[in-house]
Amino acid sequence: MELSGGEVLIEALREEGVEFLFGYPGGAVLHIYDALYEQNSVKHILVRHEQAATHAADGYARATGKPGVVLVTSGPGATNAVTGIATAFMDSIPMVVLSGQVQSRFIGSDAFQEVDCIGITRPCVKHNFLVDSLENFAETIKKAFHVATTGRPGPVVVDIPKDFTTPGVKVPFEYPKTVNMRSYSPAVQGHPGQIRKAVDLILSAKRPMIYSGGGVVLGDAASQLTQFVELLGYPITQTLMGLGAFPASNKLNLGMLGMHGTYEANMAMHDCDVLIAIGARFDDRVTGEIESFCPHARIVHIDVDPASISKNVVVDVPIVGDVGPVLEAMNTLIKDSGKRADTADLAAWWSIIANWSKTDCLAYEHSDKLIKPQSVVQSLHRATKGDAYVTSDVGQHQMWAAQFYGFEKPRRWINSGGLGTMGFGLPAALGVQLAFPDDIVACVTGEASIQMCIQELSTCLQYGAPVKIVCLNNRYMGMVRQWQEFNYEKRYSHSYMDALPDFVKLAESYGHVGMRIDNPADVDAAMDEAIAMKDRLVFMDFQTDQAENVYPMIEAGKGHHEMRLNPARELA
Amino acid sequence: MRRHVISVLLENESGALSRVAGLFSARGYNIESLTVAATHDPTLSRMTIVSIGTEQTVEQIIKQLNKLIDVVRLTDLTEVSFIEREIMLLKVRAVDGGREELKRLADIFRGRILDVTENSYVIELTGDDRKINGFLDAVGRDNVIEVVRSGTTGMARGDKSLKP
Ligand SMILES: Cc1ncc(C[n+]2csc(CCOP(=O)(O)OP(=O)(O)O)c2C)c(N)n1
Ligand SMILES: [Mg+2]
Repeated sequence: MELSGGEVLIEALREEGVEFLFGYPGGAVLHIYDALYEQNSVKHILVRHEQAATHAADGYARATGKPGVVLVTSGPGATNAVTGIATAFMDSIPMVVLSGQVQSRFIGSDAFQEVDCIGITRPCVKHNFLVDSLENFAETIKKAFHVATTGRPGPVVVDIPKDFTTPGVKVPFEYPKTVNMRSYSPAVQGHPGQIRKAVDLILSAKRPMIYSGGGVVLGDAASQLTQFVELLGYPITQTLMGLGAFPASNKLNLGMLGMHGTYEANMAMHDCDVLIAIGARFDDRVTGEIESFCPHARIVHIDVDPASISKNVVVDVPIVGDVGPVLEAMNTLIKDSGKRADTADLAAWWSIIANWSKTDCLAYEHSDKLIKPQSVVQSLHRATKGDAYVTSDVGQHQMWAAQFYGFEKPRRWINSGGLGTMGFGLPAALGVQLAFPDDIVACVTGEASIQMCIQELSTCLQYGAPVKIVCLNNRYMGMVRQWQEFNYEKRYSHSYMDALPDFVKLAESYGHVGMRIDNPADVDAAMDEAIAMKDRLVFMDFQTDQAENVYPMIEAGKGHHEMRLNPARELA
Repeated sequence: MRRHVISVLLENESGALSRVAGLFSARGYNIESLTVAATHDPTLSRMTIVSIGTEQTVEQIIKQLNKLIDVVRLTDLTEVSFIEREIMLLKVRAVDGGREELKRLADIFRGRILDVTENSYVIELTGDDRKINGFLDAVGRDNVIEVVRSGTTGMARGDKSLKP
């Protein structure tokens, strides 16, 4: 079969099983768009901004586990995509970004719409490729998918000079079956000796704590994790990225840890004697002040990326490997050994934890005048029976969604944890909804964040994505305001959201349904009404309490045991 | 803090060098010197990086380098018995009685005089870091007109080698 470069690309995507291509055309990719015209194996989704193409592909990838695929033009197309590439990079999301480039003979000449895409994206990709010949094109695509999806996943950029996609110029096409890269072979199985050592340490614990992260979600290891935790009967906490990998409703779950984690999770981190970190990377938002991090603990760390181990916190028993197989091996060892931690010690530890839990750290003051943002998330949970896909943006609303939705399954909670990218939520929801057209996809957002990619309301209409937007509108960049309240003596510098649009009219003008909810008594009914509109995108603009803060909070320089609790807890 | 000599075998591809250099600048790692050139196998480049850092930092450097897709193999030479060499070209003021003295110094350090004018010599010197610095001190840094150093290259002793 003889194919042009554009056709090679389409065939390669078909071979990779790509369903959706999120893209935006331009000069450097017009040959490719021409090849897209005459085919129906890949569905192209025309976004309204390249940043949204990357977020949509990212949302699709997080929800399905399959790589998201993006096509953008050179120059501004590529630079617009960078925020989304960096977002995917920080959260280790498999993604392949195909970017157009000026013709190879013009590279380096400051040609029209030329940027050094390889150079610009280098620090925020797992790897990138500049296609150097039409003959190597198919193999390069194969490598890109391989690198993006194996080991610790991540975004891979393939920069494609226009001359390699010229319609008349053809090469024999055969898609490689396997990839041979002598410089890349990610570890899968953990070292058996290390696994045995870890199990011994784990079983000797008096005050054990399990801390799991996004790696468990990415590694599709939720069932292995659940078995591990239940076998041991140990308490578990998850990072923001790890929510859903262990059911929120399970009694062994202490909830999220870190800056806005629960009192019991953070206290248990501080006091534990053995910490088992699984697919987590000791991020600063999780550890708090590193000097006072888990001061009494010996630490086991399982991660597929050797560079994550002993990067921020030096650990005692490192295990490099895919979390799924490693947990499986541990489960077998634990079962076969017949050994368990000392029951009296464990019971004593659980009673200490039960005392911490009595703090009821997520309790908040209720009001019949002002809508409490937390109650809106709880209403969403009720109306969707806790079974929705929930995307989010960045700010207080994100933390409330994480704290109050209660995720039971992995891949349901879709948020930009590492980069913290405002504007992520709506396009990500679009990507999720395309993958799961019959499921409920909600985007919990803020009035500031939603405006960063609001144009995607148009894409949602075009492709029929009935996303439920839950806007917790506090007329503030609430998270910024909260920090200013705590650390800058309430000097609210540029955090007030003035001149807001009428979101109801805005939604309507994009062809959707808009609702404005001002009264706490109307929250549940509005939520039910919106969720019942299965085929419509509904923008719910909840006017929430402007003064509400996210608690608990570990402030800068503080340890896990030094949380600031909600002063209104007593009134709850 | 210790000086480490790290030897890296990497794909001889455009952009590979900038990935390594970018890693050091993005993560704030120290580079004392970095040399790179193709090997007898034209698909591979060999790089020698000299860095100073704590054990934890150097461990991270090695892991992060290993994570780069273009890096095929690497080794911390300072963990084994190894040879290091650097070449220096030195243009130095050479007048009157100083000329003889310089010639003698160059001989002692097994340097070679490559160019001579009425006022200066160009001396070539090969050796490890310490020898090169020792020679600069002996010559007297005030007498130096210009210096160019290749940066350290290194290799383990014995039969073992860094192979893909
Ligand atoms: C692109 C981007 N710019 C700036 C920030 C910094 N930032 C974090 S939260 C926040 C405010 C978000 O406001 P809003 O969306 O209304 O959410 P709220 O905190 O009020 O719930 C800002 C500006 C960011 N995370 N991302
Ligand atoms: Mg807000």
